[in-house]
Amino acid sequence: MKFFVSIVLTAFLAFVAGIYSTIPWWSFAVTSLIVAIAIHQKPGKAFLSGFLGLFLLWVGLSLFKDAANEHILSAKVAKILPLGGSYIALILVTGIIGGLVSGLSSVTGSYVKKSK
Amino acid sequence: MRIVPFLISGLCTAGLILVLNTQLTVGGSKTPRLGYFLSPQLGFWQNAESTNTDFSGELKLNGLKGKVDVFMDDRLVPHIYAENDLDAYYVQGYIHAKFRLWQMEFQTHVAAGRLSEIVGEERLATDRFFRRLGMVYGAEQTMANMDTDPEMKATVDAYADGVNAYIQSLKPEQIPFEYKLLDYKPEAWTPLKTYLFLMYMSYDLTGGAAATDLKMTNAKNYFGYEDFNKLYPNVHDSLNPIIPSGTLFADPAIIPVAPLNSDSVYLKYTISSTAMAPVVPDKDNGSNNWAVSGSKTKSGRPILCNDPHLGLNLPSLWFEVQINTPSHNTYGASFPGSPAVIIGFNDNIAWGVTNAGRDVLDYYDIQFKDSTLTEYMYNGEWTQAEHRKEVIKVKGKPASIENMALTVFGPVMYDNAYKNSSTDGKYLAVHWTANMPGTGLQTFYKLNRSKNYDEYINATSLWSCPGQNFVFASKTNDIAIKQQGAFIARWERQGDFVMPGTDDSYAWQGIIPLEENPMMKNPGRGFVSSANQMSTDSTYPYYLGAANNFPLYRGIIINRKLSEMNNITVEDMQHLQMDNYNVFAEMARPVLLKYLAINTLNADEKKYVDLLANWNLRSDVNEKGPTIFKCIWDSLENEVWGDEISKSKLPFPRPDAPTLLESLLRNASFIFEDNINTTDKKETIHDDVLAAFKKAYTYLVKLEKEDRLEWARFKSTKVNHLLKLPALSRLQLPIGGGEHIINAAKETHGPSWRMIVHLTDEIEAYGVYPGGQSGNPGSKFYDSFVDAWAAGKYYRIVFIGKEAAAKSEKMKWHLTFTNS
Repeated sequence: MKFFVSIVLTAFLAFVAGIYSTIPWWSFAVTSLIVAIAIHQKPGKAFLSGFLGLFLLWVGLSLFKDAANEHILSAKVAKILPLGGSYIALILVTGIIGGLVSGLSSVTGSYVKKSK
Repeated sequence: MRIVPFLISGLCTAGLILVLNTQLTVGGSKTPRLGYFLSPQLGFWQNAESTNTDFSGELKLNGLKGKVDVFMDDRLVPHIYAENDLDAYYVQGYIHAKFRLWQMEFQTHVAAGRLSEIVGEERLATDRFFRRLGMVYGAEQTMANMDTDPEMKATVDAYADGVNAYIQSLKPEQIPFEYKLLDYKPEAWTPLKTYLFLMYMSYDLTGGAAATDLKMTNAKNYFGYEDFNKLYPNVHDSLNPIIPSGTLFADPAIIPVAPLNSDSVYLKYTISSTAMAPVVPDKDNGSNNWAVSGSKTKSGRPILCNDPHLGLNLPSLWFEVQINTPSHNTYGASFPGSPAVIIGFNDNIAWGVTNAGRDVLDYYDIQFKDSTLTEYMYNGEWTQAEHRKEVIKVKGKPASIENMALTVFGPVMYDNAYKNSSTDGKYLAVHWTANMPGTGLQTFYKLNRSKNYDEYINATSLWSCPGQNFVFASKTNDIAIKQQGAFIARWERQGDFVMPGTDDSYAWQGIIPLEENPMMKNPGRGFVSSANQMSTDSTYPYYLGAANNFPLYRGIIINRKLSEMNNITVEDMQHLQMDNYNVFAEMARPVLLKYLAINTLNADEKKYVDLLANWNLRSDVNEKGPTIFKCIWDSLENEVWGDEISKSKLPFPRPDAPTLLESLLRNASFIFEDNINTTDKKETIHDDVLAAFKKAYTYLVKLEKEDRLEWARFKSTKVNHLLKLPALSRLQLPIGGGEHIINAAKETHGPSWRMIVHLTDEIEAYGVYPGGQSGNPGSKFYDSFVDAWAAGKYYRIVFIGKEAAAKSEKMKWHLTFTNS
């Protein structure tokens, strides 16, 4: 239960922070840290929930944008980056990048309290 | 709290964020800041525009006087209906920025020598070149001049206000894609930027001389003046000028006189100089335009056509727009970065432009007293030089500062701080009409409002640089063409080479009075045309410049076709703009076949000769003939000129194609046919053609193996993104044509806007350009015209009044602008 609540809360707070576009893109590292402190889990689980929270959020948001755009831009960016022009690879990379930062931040938060 | 693991994982997190927040260098280029770039709420995903985007809206903006309605048609062309002119230009600025902001800023950064600021040190050479050429200086001069005209100042200011209104409305996640890719932000727009953009067009259309004059000087020094004259003649035999041969010209108001010592000091005197511009405008920057009178059309009304040939880029140089106010109702192609319409039509007239190609940039060799550049010798006295400081900011590095001296001739471009091995020790000042106070947009502003021939003449008479051939047609059945610009009254060969600058004897002796510029109204032949060829024959009283400044063959074929045509329809004109007949090959192929010893060739080699001999002379998409012809011809040019060029240490321009062809057609003994690298033998043209064929053959075999013998595959026309990123460009377009051909689509250069206007009571107009109205690579309107352009298709232009627009099914979106 804690695990799922963490994931949802991580994603939700990251989304809310992201609405304020004048603050940096990594604002979710702060919200993920707070979630991990508030909902204490073991480091492994904290990482996974932090990772999944952002992974799912960023994959979801980019899928939504990409579908409406009919892959026009993602196909081009996936050639520049370079990911062989695959929009699926680009969406996954997007999710993984967000997930890694958030996961690491959540691990950090999990060390604030001592494990029982 | 577990301090150690907390610190370690905290540092890891911070480290990862830092890496993802930094531009990394990978394989020589910089990545975006990946975390930012990929962030769906901030980064590039925000630029993935929905294919169903609703562009409608109600905007309240500061600075408008009345209400402005903008209807956007299904091609995303805005039709602006305003209650006064300044509101219209304000909204034009807003809309340009909405769809093309990054491009507008990037192009003016290029012109202003500010690329290092966003890209880094690798663009410093380009920036220095543009600064030293006086691009900013020239833009300031013209702006200061035009600011004295309240109407033009208000126009450019209103446009800037509109651009800034858009920039201010942008949220951080809404900035265009390329800013995110290169990691910088838009800055405020200024009226100067409009003038910088126009300055860039002047450079693109007349700045080639900045490199040509130095190379021509090298060529003259290498060959000596006698041979030079044969290789770089003043006029070609087959010239078919804009103003037909035999036209009588009035006695000139200025009779330019060459200095007495020009023979020994200038023409035959040899000094070495070389410098290559980092950005050289395409030699074929130019265009086609023509107008046929009602006597030659089926409808009895004139038809006007124009296709300016420029670098093909995405986002496109052009943006279609209709501007409708109580004072005028105009449609056409506009420049993002500038108010008004540049090539277009209104309720009464249509106009178009091609480049005049006249030389308006010269170098003067200046003598300074010492290396501080404070005093220079002029008319026997040490004269005080003014100075100008140019600060070039460099991303991640200290700024680079250019200190330039200003002389009576203009800014000293090459000096002890800006030089290369061959300009070492020399001080070369640039005298360029674009650096002088110009008239900016005034001509186009007035053309937008012109109702008849007299107003067209009045509007064009103000134009100074870059010199253009303005073609004109009106509903009242007048057609005309006028070559207009501030053209220098030159003596023969004046300014083709670096000139002595110690006194005024080589200075410009005047600007040709505008009534003496070549022009023609309602000629008996029923048409006027221009295709960058020399505007007159050699009876014109002023020197027009060396013949290699003027493409020859498009003019010949256009005039031939238009003479033959009658009962002309819009469709005929569309076919003519897309015509792929190669008149150069028509003249050159017999020469190649005549000198080629076919009986010495084997069967495989003969196969290509047969393909060439049986070719229909059309450079169509699937023809193999044009590829074979071009490979052999280019190879022949290498045989003939390659030995001379490789012997010379300094770069010089390869003599142009007509020079070689006409030498061979004259059958005169031709000294350059001998390969000067062989001493045991004196090569003849027969040897050269055979050697050229053998080399071309090897290459053609390779091409055939790669399946690239068909013309379009071989030519490989593309429309490059301004950053030259293949992912954002359109490559390998199936289009014929090319150099010397009316459909002048070369590899990266060609018809950048095709327009046909039929001046019937209700104007019937067509247009297409190789791009799309949106500059956003994430929009479906980014490249939506490219395929139609390549296929030779046209869009019927929607040109209607406000009430009709409100009801029209063609109009998909409606934007309203009111004062906040």
